[in-house]
Amino acid sequence: MFGGIDPGLLIASLMVASVPIILAAIGELVVERAGVLNLGVEGMMIMGAVCGFIMAVQTGSAVLGFVGGALGGAALSLIFALLTQFLLANQVASGLALTLFGLGLSSLLGQGFVGIRPPATAALPFGALAEIPFLGRVLFGHDWVVYLSIASVAATWWVLRSTRLGLILRAVGENHDAAHALGYKVRRIRVLAILFGGAMAGMGGAYVSLVRVPQWTDGITAGAGWIALAIVVFAAWRPWRALIGAYLFGGISVLQLNLQAAGARIPVEYLSMSPYLITILVLVIMSSGKGKAALNAPASLGQTFHASR
Amino acid sequence: MTRPELLRVDKVTKAYPGVVANSDVSFAIAEGEIHALLGENGAGKSTLVKMIYGLVKPDAGHMSLRGAEYAPAEPRAARAAGVGMVFQHFSLFEALNVAENVALGMENPPPMKALAGRIKAVSAEYGLPLDPARMVGDLSAGERQRVEIIRCLLQDPKLLIMDEPTSVLTPQEVDILFKTLRQLAAEGTAILYISHKLEEIRALCDAATILRRGKVVATCTPRDRSAREMAELMVGAVLTPPARAGGAKGAVALEVVGLSVASPIPFGTSLKDVSFAVRRGEVLGIAGVAGNGQDELLLALSGEVRAGREAVRMDGVGVGDQGPNERRTLGLVSAPEERLGHAAAPDMSLVENALLSGLVRKGLARRGFIDWAATEDFAATVVRDFDVRTPGTDVAARALSGGNLQKFVVGRELSQSPGVIVINQPTWGVDAAAAAAIRQAILDRAAGGAAVVVISQDLDELLEISDSFAALNEGRMTRPRPVAGLTIDEIGLMMGGAHGMEVAHHGQ
Amino acid sequence: MPMLRLEKRPSPSRFWQGMTPVLAVVLTMIAGGILFAALGKNPVEAIRTIFWDPLFNAQFASYSRPQLLVKAGPLILIAIGLSLGFRAGIWNIGAEGQYIMGALAGAAVGLAFYPADHWFLFPLMVVAGALGGWLWAMVPAILKTRFNTNEILVSLLMVYIAQNILASMSLGLLRNPEGGGFPGSRNLSQYPAASNPELIAGTGMHWGVIAAFMAVIAAYILLQRHILGFHIKLAGQAPRAARFAGVNPTGLVLLCMGISGALAGLAGLFEVAGPAGQISIDFNVGYGFTAIIVAFLGRLNPIGILLAGLLMALTYIGGELAQFMLGLPAAAIQAFQGMLLFFLLAVDLLSNYRVRFGARAEAA
Repeated sequence: MFGGIDPGLLIASLMVASVPIILAAIGELVVERAGVLNLGVEGMMIMGAVCGFIMAVQTGSAVLGFVGGALGGAALSLIFALLTQFLLANQVASGLALTLFGLGLSSLLGQGFVGIRPPATAALPFGALAEIPFLGRVLFGHDWVVYLSIASVAATWWVLRSTRLGLILRAVGENHDAAHALGYKVRRIRVLAILFGGAMAGMGGAYVSLVRVPQWTDGITAGAGWIALAIVVFAAWRPWRALIGAYLFGGISVLQLNLQAAGARIPVEYLSMSPYLITILVLVIMSSGKGKAALNAPASLGQTFHASR
Repeated sequence: MTRPELLRVDKVTKAYPGVVANSDVSFAIAEGEIHALLGENGAGKSTLVKMIYGLVKPDAGHMSLRGAEYAPAEPRAARAAGVGMVFQHFSLFEALNVAENVALGMENPPPMKALAGRIKAVSAEYGLPLDPARMVGDLSAGERQRVEIIRCLLQDPKLLIMDEPTSVLTPQEVDILFKTLRQLAAEGTAILYISHKLEEIRALCDAATILRRGKVVATCTPRDRSAREMAELMVGAVLTPPARAGGAKGAVALEVVGLSVASPIPFGTSLKDVSFAVRRGEVLGIAGVAGNGQDELLLALSGEVRAGREAVRMDGVGVGDQGPNERRTLGLVSAPEERLGHAAAPDMSLVENALLSGLVRKGLARRGFIDWAATEDFAATVVRDFDVRTPGTDVAARALSGGNLQKFVVGRELSQSPGVIVINQPTWGVDAAAAAAIRQAILDRAAGGAAVVVISQDLDELLEISDSFAALNEGRMTRPRPVAGLTIDEIGLMMGGAHGMEVAHHGQ
Repeated sequence: MPMLRLEKRPSPSRFWQGMTPVLAVVLTMIAGGILFAALGKNPVEAIRTIFWDPLFNAQFASYSRPQLLVKAGPLILIAIGLSLGFRAGIWNIGAEGQYIMGALAGAAVGLAFYPADHWFLFPLMVVAGALGGWLWAMVPAILKTRFNTNEILVSLLMVYIAQNILASMSLGLLRNPEGGGFPGSRNLSQYPAASNPELIAGTGMHWGVIAAFMAVIAAYILLQRHILGFHIKLAGQAPRAARFAGVNPTGLVLLCMGISGALAGLAGLFEVAGPAGQISIDFNVGYGFTAIIVAFLGRLNPIGILLAGLLMALTYIGGELAQFMLGLPAAAIQAFQGMLLFFLLAVDLLSNYRVRFGARAEAA
């Protein structure tokens, strides 16, 4: 069944396929570590996808496109921040609203852009390094966003583990009342985390419309935001495990696409549903570990904070 | 007194909607002085210290620190000025380790390794051993308090505020804490010590300011006053201890045999082989420092956590595998410690909250359909019989003050003609008059033939109402003993002595 | 500088609980008007076309009015089911998938008997539809109770799986053998024994609408009078108090997920046997997601959901009309509906908090 699929190519393409999910999952991981559950990842991703696409087409620069994507995602997340942090709305409902609104608005914004090709995002010129057999293709054949996605995992890991900022962020997510009692600005920290999450999801979305597909169609993210949310649970809120989860998922997507292209005897629909099925399976395995994942979840996750007396 | 003045609070007032928490409060603390702030729950002690710590801003009045104007905008400013605070409900993070918790309370913490070294050094110096790498969630209540104290000490505070520090300690741990505090005072640190425990204040403090309903009603030297005098100043009335009839005890109504259950609470304590029996008319008091299995014991007795059938028996019938409503049918009522969210639903009305546990024994539903009229009657009866101060039974539970809600919750359970009563912290956060009324109601039910289990962290309360006494320590329970003749040292040892001290010494 | 402060009310305000949806609709109309103006349309005309013309314009009303019930029926039916779970803190957001699976199961039963004419066929399809949706909802429910998985994620991911199954079915197993190779099943609305027809001509009333009304009444009684409804509310507001009251959380998850799945499946069956007529790749139009908005807009209250379902149906019909008359893009309506939910969540705080203006603030 794997005959004809080059492992080097497979690894290289799964690294590309998982970029949107890594970016979105890392963003959401930071948000959840700060104690906020933003279920609007899908909405922020698709806003990033459309804003990034429009920005790239209008300016002719793919790099500016990613900036636009980040801004689009962050702008949408600002609504979430306003609702949950200032108007104390339910986080689950607000996140769902974000997704429903994002899907509608993106389709509205993208109307004039269907069928256009965006400016290309080329692989970084590593010269001779890219010629090394296997390793060259796996390590040195990618565009800059692939490296950025890995760097963002490393940076998030380092910040959460070793810096004061990361410590404060974790503290706010663990026990917002105690953090408040010590004088930390719970709300400000959470708003910043939400904006970061929005920008990362937006970048992830932009990668879908600018590199993965690359064009604009309605509903282009096709559930990637939900998978990113599942990956955060899978990762037990740890950055490197989110990377592993995203690569696992990317690998399955690439494999099923290859099988579809190779004309495997399994019907296309069953191959296309496999990533979702496997995500569910992984969620089950992770969550059933005697509540271990649950214990690792930030203790204030999803709770509304209101400083009273 | 030749010691220079450190902090002066001058005519400070703070009002919340509907409540004046502090009204024209004035007092002063000298350097090296241990100053008690004494008052009942709701007297305004917490609001006052929150203002000193910068968490709340006064509406009017001034504070000065060493003669200079002092108005901290936030806790950070207070800490920078040399004010540290140890909270009653700790401001700790269970999923972080000791060093991280300490770092969060400091302005410019050194790198983690250096900080860990300093924690070890300071904790040894003051006799409060602590391992910087341990997760706070795994520590006992006494050890958690040490984390808070050390967090403050590392910043060289001039003033240390301690909010009800002994409520989570065994008598032996209290002794260690007092030694530490005296050592600090001798070094010149002033301590503002908040409590309502009079004997402690007489043993420890140099001066006391007594608050009642937000106002300073007296300032005194505790050593020169009797506990009774101070109590009357604090409460504003003469207290009568509950009356009890030492009636004969009946047959065993509740029996627990080898009960072991895993805790459903994160960082909770599992129960290990707990056994006891309570007779009709008997009150069993169960002491213990918070977090030693009290919540789990209540859950296992109420039926919220199931065990083996024969682990819990009522009138000889195994009910260990039955749920709360099956046990209610057999005559058991229970009142958990946490009023809002466990014993009562905060946003539901008192009527709905009456239905919550009264459904079975009061027959408030027929074939699943709720009889709201009967439920309203039941709620109104509880409100009347237990003197719950509320505008009506249609207000939300969270609108009631802590004491009134406690009266409602306890009243709701006691009004169901129970055969077995299990109560955790019956008078936590309740003023003295209401606490006396609740204790009296419990004793009345016992006199009427109910078997009663009272779990409490208030030793005085337990000694006042119990016939027999046991203690929980790390999920194990001591064998119940008659209260008569118990000494405080024996009680302390039953509660586990000084937790973790021996262990920590071995570690060094 | 004057600042806004929030003060928690001792009890939720009854007045604002009723008023917030109205206020949200008004605010959405204003913001929607701005959005439409930005798209180069006359905002007043657009709002009128969406909210007024479908009901009262002599030219369109005869067509549009029946559509109101046709669209509101499934929205209300699904939203009633979802609202029970949402009240209990159980978040089934995969109603779209349960809707698809109910439609598939019901249609498959009907098509299996084609072209026989049995009186019991339609009732049997109704049972199969409910069962299909119920089974699909049982997956996240059982995974949650057994393995502690997050039902939000699983129920949502199950939508994508259902969509793929739908595609596979309309291209394969359920494809019309006489359809000339086009995807899509036989037309059930032209198969009398299996069709869900308009019951009273010109009203749009079909069995699904009747089921929706019945669901509203049943949910109302359940929540007001029955101990089960009380336990549902209790579990959502204070989970530990619910355990104290003897509520079995596992049973509640299975029950709430089951009811919402079965109702969504029913909605799918009634749709596929009636207004949609056949199984096709995209016969589902997102009712399962819009019903989430309906549930919240109705404040999770059965009567509120009835009104919210009618209102949301109006935006669908009005949106189509605006698309036809003014060239307003279909996506604008979707964004408009999303906005409605935002405003609702935003003003919701008025029922639980008092907003105060004051110069001083707590150190927050």
